[in-house]
Amino acid sequence: MNARDAAKPEQAATPEGGRFFVPEHGEGERSLVCRAQVLDADDMRRAHTRIAHEIVERNHGADDVVLIGLYTRGVAVARRLAEAIERFEGAAVPVGVLDVAFYRDDIGLRPVQPLGPTEIPVDIGGRVVVLVDDVFFTGRTIRAALDALTELGRPRTVQVAVLVDRGHRELPIRADFVGKNLPTKLAEDVRVRLEEIDGEVDGIEIWGPAEP
Amino acid sequence: MKHLLAIDDLSRAEIDGLLDLSESFIEVTQRDIPKIPALRGRTVVTLFFEESTRTRLSFETAAKRLSADTMSFSASTSSLTKGESLLDTVQTIEAMGVDAIVVRHPCAGAAHRVAQWVDASVVNAGDGRHQHPTQALLDLVTLRRRLGRGGFDGLRVVIVGDIRHSRVARSGVQALSTMGAEVTLVAPPTLLPESLEGWPVVVDDDLDSVLPEVDVVYLLRIQRERLAGALLPSQREYTSRYGITVERAARLKPDTLIMHPGPMNRGVEIAAEVADSPASTVTEQVANGVAVRMAVLWSTLGSGGQIA
Repeated sequence: MNARDAAKPEQAATPEGGRFFVPEHGEGERSLVCRAQVLDADDMRRAHTRIAHEIVERNHGADDVVLIGLYTRGVAVARRLAEAIERFEGAAVPVGVLDVAFYRDDIGLRPVQPLGPTEIPVDIGGRVVVLVDDVFFTGRTIRAALDALTELGRPRTVQVAVLVDRGHRELPIRADFVGKNLPTKLAEDVRVRLEEIDGEVDGIEIWGPAEP
Repeated sequence: MKHLLAIDDLSRAEIDGLLDLSESFIEVTQRDIPKIPALRGRTVVTLFFEESTRTRLSFETAAKRLSADTMSFSASTSSLTKGESLLDTVQTIEAMGVDAIVVRHPCAGAAHRVAQWVDASVVNAGDGRHQHPTQALLDLVTLRRRLGRGGFDGLRVVIVGDIRHSRVARSGVQALSTMGAEVTLVAPPTLLPESLEGWPVVVDDDLDSVLPEVDVVYLLRIQRERLAGALLPSQREYTSRYGITVERAARLKPDTLIMHPGPMNRGVEIAAEVADSPASTVTEQVANGVAVRMAVLWSTLGSGGQIA
């Protein structure tokens, strides 16, 4: 269960068998407790700034870069990265939003809902697309995003930027830019709070089952 | 959502969810390659017992853009009797392994009956004078895109024409009033239903007194056979009292929208100049119809039964 699923508890309660963490007591949301805050607002600001610098460094500037955020929190992260790049590089980087629901491999296995319309403001053909998400987990969301991108154009390169890599990959997919590597247990849940989405001060927490 | 049979099965929140969902599919239909793999491996059959071109094409296009397989079945009303043979037909089709059945039938309640017989999802594409829910939803999407979110509260809509025989009017009245719009009906007395009990509407017979007040004029098609029969004296008289002529259109507020479910009788209920004016939403309605039907098929087949 990644942070996006945590935002929709009714969906998190019925994942497909074994692929996501299934709380044994059913009402998973209530039985998890906060184990630790791993990043506070200052840490997150620094992580965004560093990822933004790394994106510009890797691509020798920001000229061809298009940031594409994945609903919901990936969109907010992408906008923050674009602001940071504009601040220190003086270049306006286009930001798109992508909904991967129709490309997921678990349609029919669990409730899947589009989270909003895809909006890509520029032609991505020949450009450097950086897919941006908050939590990197099984890799299945990024796989769906790659399929979705294919139908929208042919980028020169696709890179992946995430705030948190919590491990447990199920596909041969890796991230290019990582804010924080955070080894977790499957039974745990990483929760990302972003002010513009959640209305609360930024933070990243690990939640897990209460100790018996 | 397992089936979509009637608008009154949906709450305001559910309708809002379907309208939001439609925005995702409108984006898909505007792509260079307007196709997504969302319903790959699913089969949708259109089962039409009544003439239709646009509704059937719209559903089939919607299914294909979702990568579903489509089959179509047509039957003239004369070649099949009701009841048992409908059951036989439906059972035969279901035995082929279909996931959704889109039904149009001249009898009210046909889609409900089919839904009782099968495990597949059933979408009502028009049953007699009863319901045409996807038409009402595409009209709402079209309005919301023109007016913005929250545009329905207090919106004044007049529906003009053959209310009596119109499933579009029935679904439309329910959908609009559920969303908070105020609906007025204007029609010759012969073309009003025998009873309007329970309809959340006001009835008026003077179109010219209503027009300057309204935000939306919704015109219904006048069918030629009604003109030939006893219900209407002549086409010319209908047009002079109830048609949106160029002169009448000039007396509307400047931002009033003009809607028509199609197919239009230009020169009868709507003047050609009015149909082609910027106030007219007719082509948007058709374009949005595909996206709305994608949203409905997705909600019944792809989403695990949730609307939003």
